[in-house]
Amino acid sequence: MSASDNPFYTALTLILGMDHRLFDIVALSLQVSLIAVALASLLALPLGAALALWRFPGRNIVIVMLNALMGLPPVVAGLCVYLLLSRAGPLGHWGLLFTPGAMVVAQVILVLPIIAALTRQQIESLHQEYAEQLHSLGVRPLRMIPTLLWDARFGLLTVILAGFGRASAEVGAVMIVGGNIDGVTRVMTTSIVLETSKGNLPLALGLGIILLSLVTLINALAHVVSEMAKRRLG
Amino acid sequence: MNVETTISTDIAPLHFDQVRFEHRGHRLLMPTSVTFSGCRRTLIMGPNGAGKSLLMRLAHGLLRPSGGQVRWQGATPVQAMVFQRPVLLRRSALENLTYVLAIRRVPRAQRKARALDVLERFGLAALSKRPARVLSGGEQQRLALARAWLLDPSVLFLDEPTSALDPAAIKAVEDAVNAFHQQGTRIIMATHDLHQARRLADDIIFMYGGQALEHTPADRFFDIPHSPEAAAFIRGELVW
Repeated sequence: MSASDNPFYTALTLILGMDHRLFDIVALSLQVSLIAVALASLLALPLGAALALWRFPGRNIVIVMLNALMGLPPVVAGLCVYLLLSRAGPLGHWGLLFTPGAMVVAQVILVLPIIAALTRQQIESLHQEYAEQLHSLGVRPLRMIPTLLWDARFGLLTVILAGFGRASAEVGAVMIVGGNIDGVTRVMTTSIVLETSKGNLPLALGLGIILLSLVTLINALAHVVSEMAKRRLG
Repeated sequence: MNVETTISTDIAPLHFDQVRFEHRGHRLLMPTSVTFSGCRRTLIMGPNGAGKSLLMRLAHGLLRPSGGQVRWQGATPVQAMVFQRPVLLRRSALENLTYVLAIRRVPRAQRKARALDVLERFGLAALSKRPARVLSGGEQQRLALARAWLLDPSVLFLDEPTSALDPAAIKAVEDAVNAFHQQGTRIIMATHDLHQARRLADDIIFMYGGQALEHTPADRFFDIPHSPEAAAFIRGELVW
């Protein structure tokens, strides 16, 4: 086995070579997934908290559907966004198809149910502990949402990371709505698919190693931050 | 003396009219009629499971009765409650207090100064930046009392606030209860500690098996209780 067939060697030369095309791909991957997770969190955190606090008819159905959507296949999400954004589709005039924007939209749809469903669980258990005290203090339900979200912040960090894991790992949705266009919508996962189909397995694996390392790094950072804060706050 | 009587008439009396409470088919509170009035320290006594906490939660509005009526005669006064195990937010001691002021719509600029003032009063000033949940049990309960103090309540409910504390911490809590009382706050407190009741009570409600068996002035209660259960409880016999 020659050195160039070794995926670790390939990964290392890619990183050390500071290849600007690799850099672009990594940057776009992170950009799309981070923006998608940020937007999804903005919507899903209050949504999950509201679902934890409010009792309304059909609530259980909503919870079951949300939990089921956690397993939504990325290709299905991609297909739906594709149909919405294609020229003939209802949002075709936005001209988003085959742009990073479309990829963000697809990933938001994938990540939102995960963050909302897990947030609901976290907030519901915290609310059990806080309910009487907050009620006694005269805190209104709408005001409870930011209170509980803030006090559950360390658990919710893990929830957001789960969403980020989903976004950065999926390939089906970004492939369909992005189109894997070189220099425009090519991200790590779609490159890996492409290189695999071309038979360039060392490069595909090398890219995989870089992707895994990046995700590990982000998770490690979040873990350190939350452990330090937990120790400080008890 | 004169001051005290004017204060005491200010707080609306709280009436329980045949209030009962059921949960999943179990009757936890028999139809009960009591009145809390004036600026007294009423201690609710009785063994565990007698319904002391239940009575207070109904009075404070945390639970709705299954039947009967809990009624304030007049405007509902400002109330606060201190629980057996204090529920503190996952924030610093100071932020636990400023949070309450924010809820009460106190202007942001005044919150910190007022909170520090109260921390000082309860001997917690040095701990203001410490996370509330790493404080000791006694400090946590004092912080809960400080939080109640900020609300300036007319009625303060306390649900066995000293049951998990050491003697020094118990003393601090009882001093705080008396400070509230001297400010003109009606105290309604559950305890199963006879000595504590002797130290604090103006009148006693004795509960047993989901019933309020008697509501009498403290000295009468300890000298001549009229229910055999209360008499046994005072003698220190195990009743349940």
